[in-house]
Amino acid sequence: MKELKVLFVVILFTGITYYGVEPFAHHAMHKQVDANGQEVIYEAKDFKYPDLKAVTAKGDATAGKAMISACTGCHGIESQKIKAPMDASMSAGAYGVNPPDLSVAGAIFDEQFLMNFIMNPTHASMVEHKFKGGKVYPMPVVAPDAQTAANIVAYLKSIAPKMEEVTPKEAFVAACGRCHADRYGKWTQIGDVPTTKANIVTHQNPELMKFDVKVAEYQDHLAKYMGKLPPDLSIMIRARSEHFMEHFIENPQSQLPGTAMPRVGVNEEGYAKVMAYLEETGDPSKPKREAIGPWVLGFFFIFTFLAYLWKRSQWKDLH
Amino acid sequence: MAHFDKAFPFSNKWMDQRLAVNTLQKVLSTEYWIPKNINFLWAMGMILAATFGILVISGIFLLMYYIPSTKEGFDAVNYTIMSEVGYGWLWRHIHGVGASLVFLIIYIHMFTGIYYGSYKRGRELIWLSGMLLFVTFSAEAFSGYMLPWGQMSYWAGMVITNLFSAGSLELNGVVEWIRGDYVPGQAFLGRFFMLHVLLMPLIIMALIVLHFGTLRIPHVNNQDGEEVDFEESAALWKAGRKKEAKIIPFNPVFLSKDVFVMGVYFILFFYLVFYHFEFAMDPVNFDPADPLKTPAHIYPEWYFLWSYEILRPFSKDVGLIWFAFAQVIFMLLPFLDRSPNVAPANRRRPFRCWFWLLLIDMVTLTIMGKLPPTDPTFAMIGTIAAWTFIILWLALPFITMKEKLVGGKK
Repeated sequence: MKELKVLFVVILFTGITYYGVEPFAHHAMHKQVDANGQEVIYEAKDFKYPDLKAVTAKGDATAGKAMISACTGCHGIESQKIKAPMDASMSAGAYGVNPPDLSVAGAIFDEQFLMNFIMNPTHASMVEHKFKGGKVYPMPVVAPDAQTAANIVAYLKSIAPKMEEVTPKEAFVAACGRCHADRYGKWTQIGDVPTTKANIVTHQNPELMKFDVKVAEYQDHLAKYMGKLPPDLSIMIRARSEHFMEHFIENPQSQLPGTAMPRVGVNEEGYAKVMAYLEETGDPSKPKREAIGPWVLGFFFIFTFLAYLWKRSQWKDLH
Repeated sequence: MAHFDKAFPFSNKWMDQRLAVNTLQKVLSTEYWIPKNINFLWAMGMILAATFGILVISGIFLLMYYIPSTKEGFDAVNYTIMSEVGYGWLWRHIHGVGASLVFLIIYIHMFTGIYYGSYKRGRELIWLSGMLLFVTFSAEAFSGYMLPWGQMSYWAGMVITNLFSAGSLELNGVVEWIRGDYVPGQAFLGRFFMLHVLLMPLIIMALIVLHFGTLRIPHVNNQDGEEVDFEESAALWKAGRKKEAKIIPFNPVFLSKDVFVMGVYFILFFYLVFYHFEFAMDPVNFDPADPLKTPAHIYPEWYFLWSYEILRPFSKDVGLIWFAFAQVIFMLLPFLDRSPNVAPANRRRPFRCWFWLLLIDMVTLTIMGKLPPTDPTFAMIGTIAAWTFIILWLALPFITMKEKLVGGKK
């Protein structure tokens, strides 16, 4: 039939164009190449970090707890009522970035990664290129031996909540939130934006202004430490593909050689939680789309069927 | 002063005496004749009208919440509209997908016209007004692309306004005059906002009326390029001899087919809106505009890629000349085609080869336009495709001049 032939030609040319400008072009644009122009393909490893040397020492949580003051000199552990010694701004002034609270660390980070990180932080987080020639990484090596590292990690795991109890936001804050803001989630690098109200007479909100100043000061330190202000992550999941996010978070250097972003060492579940949070702020309409889509399409199927019947009735006596 | 009979207010008679509604209805719909010998490609005009309507409606909803500000524009689109406004995400995705699909349909509509020779023998003005619509739709699309003020908005704005410096002439004053600043900024965004929501839509609406008007006297073409005697056929139709008449009335016969094709189109449209809208929204534009950070690849939306690829392979000035050539050459089609034949391209040799080559070449240019020019293979294919485009158009008068006369109808 002639009309079907015409339709076939239209679909063929549209399809070729679509394939060329979408999947094919995106593949060509995001190709990773080495210095010789050869394509390098980094394969995701399910957040297992096999490049780190496996620590076999069996950790003892009680021994780790006895050691923990070595950590709490800088880190807080809110869940154990241990406050960080300095607030975010002061910490950033001292270290460049606020050290994370360790309450959920045992749940969202990979065990092997944590042990390696404690023994050699710049190596585990892949930022050795940044800390050379006298530049010192802010976290000292407090436990150079595997047994002590294993003990500390065992303690962190013993106090960590179960994975199901960690909210996406907690995971995001612990893994990303001290460098990255998420303004659509009302999160700044130093905490949630306060919900104080403006004075109804003066229209000013001094509490918020003070907070904004603190954020600005924190960002100054952070930008100096990182080389630039790390991007806001509000809609990052729409700006980068899922493939990129997975590979980048697992191994930042594989996607952006030389980047200051450290490998944070999340485990697979930790990554899933972080992505869930990014989806909440970056693509909040997803559940609504999925709920309404079938109804709208259903409507147009019925519409088209009725239109077909009308067309047939109008054209039946014409030839 | 006309004479008015007594009639019940707003009854048909009352309205007819005052507004000639019955005549209008005949002229515009029930006795507006369309050839019977058509296929579904003849529905593209109404699909375009419907898509434009959808763009206007969704645009009005988006306009209620958009803020034309370099500081707030990005978040107005990506936060306010996407998560605070009820169904704001739906309107935005409809608007984005609609803007992409409207160009797909425009290209199908254009190539249908080229294939069936619908720009000749009295139909020149249809083609010209259509091409003016293409130009204004392009301006509308480009100005709209500035509004989210993302990385691609900013850098595309930078690149496109730079074209007006005319290469080595270095007319930087012109570029500054257009931008209202040295670089795209608040003045620039405000101007393109105005163009997008007011001036361009007004011009487009006026041109749509003109485009319909130009159809009136030459009538719509048919699948065989046959010269139909519309008056004779109209008489047959009115006498009830529908099988012998070569025509159908716009309403309801032509419309019934249009609505069916539109239904199929809307299934695709809303499938894309709900399940595959990312193709119409470039990921780069979800990074806010940053004058200190140029994206690794700057490229236009897919519908401009073919002309972008004609600019790219050449040196600055030569590229600009061929780019300008590509922008106007389609306009001249009715005058470059020297053959008197109005027939489907497949019955006209060697025009038939010209048509399919042009189509394949445009698709090639489009694909190469998005690929990174650093790859030597892609760059070479792009250069060859750009030259093919130029040579095809320069050769058109010569290959159509010697064309043998073919019967309008087989």
